[in-house]
Amino acid sequence: MSGPTERPGLRDELRAQAGGADELAGVDPVADSETRDTTAAAPARTGPNIGERLGRAWRASAVPILSIVLALAIGAVIILLSPLATGKPIQWDLPVKAYLALLEGAFGTPAQWADETKRFNAISNTLIQSAPLMFGGLAVGLAFKAGLFNIGVAGQFLVGAFAAAMAGATFGSLDTNVAVPLSLAIGGLAGAAYGFIPGFLKARTGAHEVVVTIMLNSIAVVLLTWIVNDLVRAEGFSFPRTADINNAHLPILFGRNLHAGVLLAFAAVFVVRWLLDRTTLGFEIRTVGANPNAARYAGIRPVFIITLTMTLAGLLGGLAGSIQMLGVIGYYAPGITANVGFDSITVALLGRSSPLGIMFAALLFGVLRAGQALMQIRTNNQVPIEVIDVIQALIILFLAADIIVRRVFRLRAAKGALEGEVRTVTASWGEQVAR
Amino acid sequence: MDLSQIPALIVELVRYLFEILFLTPSTLQIILSLTAPLALGALCGVLCERSGVVNIGIEGIMLTSAFFGYLTGFLLHDSIGNEAALILGVVVAVAVGAILGVVHGWLTISIRADQIIAGVFLNVAAIGVTSYLNRIIITPTGRGGAGILQPINLVPESVTTVPVIGPILAMFLNANPIAMIVIVLVVALQILLYRTRWGLRTRAVGEHPKAADTVGIDVLGLRYLNVIAGCAIAGLAGAYIVIASNGSFQNGMSNGRGFIALAAVIFGRWTPLGAFGGALLFGAASGLQTVVAVDRPEGPLGSLLVSIPTQFYAAFPYILTIIILAGVVGRSIAPAADGIPYEKEARA
Repeated sequence: MSGPTERPGLRDELRAQAGGADELAGVDPVADSETRDTTAAAPARTGPNIGERLGRAWRASAVPILSIVLALAIGAVIILLSPLATGKPIQWDLPVKAYLALLEGAFGTPAQWADETKRFNAISNTLIQSAPLMFGGLAVGLAFKAGLFNIGVAGQFLVGAFAAAMAGATFGSLDTNVAVPLSLAIGGLAGAAYGFIPGFLKARTGAHEVVVTIMLNSIAVVLLTWIVNDLVRAEGFSFPRTADINNAHLPILFGRNLHAGVLLAFAAVFVVRWLLDRTTLGFEIRTVGANPNAARYAGIRPVFIITLTMTLAGLLGGLAGSIQMLGVIGYYAPGITANVGFDSITVALLGRSSPLGIMFAALLFGVLRAGQALMQIRTNNQVPIEVIDVIQALIILFLAADIIVRRVFRLRAAKGALEGEVRTVTASWGEQVAR
Repeated sequence: MDLSQIPALIVELVRYLFEILFLTPSTLQIILSLTAPLALGALCGVLCERSGVVNIGIEGIMLTSAFFGYLTGFLLHDSIGNEAALILGVVVAVAVGAILGVVHGWLTISIRADQIIAGVFLNVAAIGVTSYLNRIIITPTGRGGAGILQPINLVPESVTTVPVIGPILAMFLNANPIAMIVIVLVVALQILLYRTRWGLRTRAVGEHPKAADTVGIDVLGLRYLNVIAGCAIAGLAGAYIVIASNGSFQNGMSNGRGFIALAAVIFGRWTPLGAFGGALLFGAASGLQTVVAVDRPEGPLGSLLVSIPTQFYAAFPYILTIIILAGVVGRSIAPAADGIPYEKEARA
C-alpha cells in the first residue's frame, strides 16, 4: 500500500480515516506514525517535497511544542503572582529574570562563556541531567507502545543504581574497561528483573501495572534503605552508604564531568527506534499495544510480549539509574532522589512515545532541571525550584487535554498517535489480559 | 531457628492477628485510625469506578486537600480560634476535593482525555502545587510544623459511659472524629448504591452506559455527580491525614495511600463494604509494627516479630497490595464500562 506510484494524498486520507482507531492500528502501518515515517521515506525522492515533510513534522509535534509554550506562559503568571503570597508587591520583571536565570543555569552565564575552561560546564551539566531522563523516557515510551503504563521508573532507577553501585564496589579494583561494562550490565539487569515483576503479574494475573509499579517504587525505597543500613553499609563513613566504586566510574569524555553515559543514552534512543521500527519484536509490541485480541489472532502471545516489554522497560529504567550512579553519584546512600520517575512519564508523553521525540523532550527537561537551581538563587528564593514541578504538571494537563492547546492556538483537530496507544492502558483497567 | 517451629508460629500469628483486630480495643483503635484515610480513598474509587471513571488521582486529591485544609487552619487559627479553624479546614479540604473532582470529571467525561493520564496529572500537580505553595507561604514564616490544628471532641464525654455502645463510640472518637464518619459513610453508600434509584442508575451507567442512555438516564451528569462526590470524600481523607499527624503538613504526606486505596477497591469488588474490608486489611498491615510495640505477643512469636527490621514493616502494606492485586483481581470483575469514555453521538 505504500508503493511509489501511490497517490500522494492517499496516505493522509487513509490516516485521517484510521484516526486514533483502536482496532488494528498496530497491524495497519498507515495508522502508526512511526511506521508511516519509515514507509514514507522510500517514495520520498519523488513524492512529498520538503514543505510537505515539514508540514507533517509540525502536525506531529505541534501539540507537544505548544503545550510547553502554554505551560511556560502560565508558569510566568504564577511566578509573577508568587510574591503576593508573602505580602510583597508584584515585580513585573520577575518572570523574565527567573526564565533568564533558568537559561543561564542550563547553557552558561556570560561570565562562564568568557572563561575558556568553563565555557561548556553548564551545557555538560544539562546533558548529564538529560541522559537518565532519556533512558527513563524510553522505559515509559516503550511500555506505552505495548499498551502498558510503566509508572515504575523511580523504582527501576533505584534498584539499577543500587545494583550498579554494589557491582562497582565489588569490581572497582579491576580495569575500567572491565569494571564499567560489568557494572552497567548488572545495574541494567537488576532494573530488568524489577520490571519483570509487574509485567509478569499483569500478563499472568491481570494485576494492573499502574498500581503494582507504584507499590514497587515504595518497596524499593524502603527495602534498599534497610539493605544499605543493615547489610552492606561501608565502614569508615559517618552515614550509611555503599563503598567507593573506584575504577567503575564512567569515563569522562569532555570537560569537567560529561561522562560516557550521555553517549549511551543517545545510543539507546536509536536502538529502541530500531527495535520498534525494524524488528519483528517491535512489530509485535506495537500490535499488542493496539489490540491484544487482534494480536492473539495474528499468532502473537500477549502474555509473552507484555512480560518481555516490561522487562525491557525495566532494563532501560535500570540503566538510567546505573549511568547516574557510575557517572555522577558514585555511591548508594538512602535518600538519593528519584524524581526521574514522574519526569520520565512527562518526557514520554511529550515525545509521544516515539524515541526521537523522547530524545528532544529529555533534552528540554534536562534544561529545566539543570537551570532550576540558578533560577531560585538569582530570585532570592522568590521563585523556588518547585515551580518547575508545577510547569511539568501543566504540560501533562495540556497533553492529556490537547483540546485546550488547540483552542488557544486555533489548530485543526487531528488525532495524534498518543491516543490510540495510551487508550488501551485505561481500557485494560479492570480486565484480564487475553491469553 | 528450628524449622519444626514454623507451623506452630503461624497458628500463633493468626491467633494474634485475630486478637489485635477483634478482641483488643486499644490495638483496633490504632488500626482503625490507619484504616480511615484508606477507606475514604477507597470510597472515592468505588464511586468513580462504579459510574465508569477510573481515578488514579486519589493520591493527589488527598495531598492537595490536606494542604489546603492545613493552610486554612494555619492562616486562621490565630484569629478565629482552634475549633472554628479546624471545622473550616475540613470544609475547605472537602471543597478542594470536590473542585478537583470537577477537573477530573471535565477531563475524563467531557473532553474524554485518557483517564489514567488525567489521574497522573492530578498526582503530579498535587506534588508541584503543594510543595510550591508550602515553600512560598509556610516556609518563610518559620512557623510550620505540628500543632496547628488540634482534634476536638464532637460528642460529650458522658456518652461514652453508655453500656455497649459507649466504649465502641469512644473508641472511634479517640481514633479521630472523622474515623466515625467513615463508618457512617461506608454503610450509607452501601445502602445508597444497592437500595436506591440513584444507586441503580449509577451502576447502570458504569456497566452499560448506552443502555442507560436509551432509557433516559443522564449518563454524563451522573458520572459527574459521582466523580465530584467521590473526590469530595477523598478531600475528607486529606483533612484526616492532617489531623492524624497532629495538625501538620509535610510534602508528599499522603505517602502512597491513595494508591493502596485503589487496591482496596479491587479487593472489595467495587462495593463500599468490601472496600472498607480491604482498607481494614491494609490498615492492619500498616499498623502492625506499632501494634507489636504496644501489645507484644508472648513467646517465640513475640521475639520474632520484634526482631523484624522496621523497613520490612514499612514495606508490608505495599507488598500485601501487590499480592492481593495478583491474587484477587482475576476473580474480581470490574464494572464493564470502567475506564471507557461515553460518547453520546457514537453509533455502534
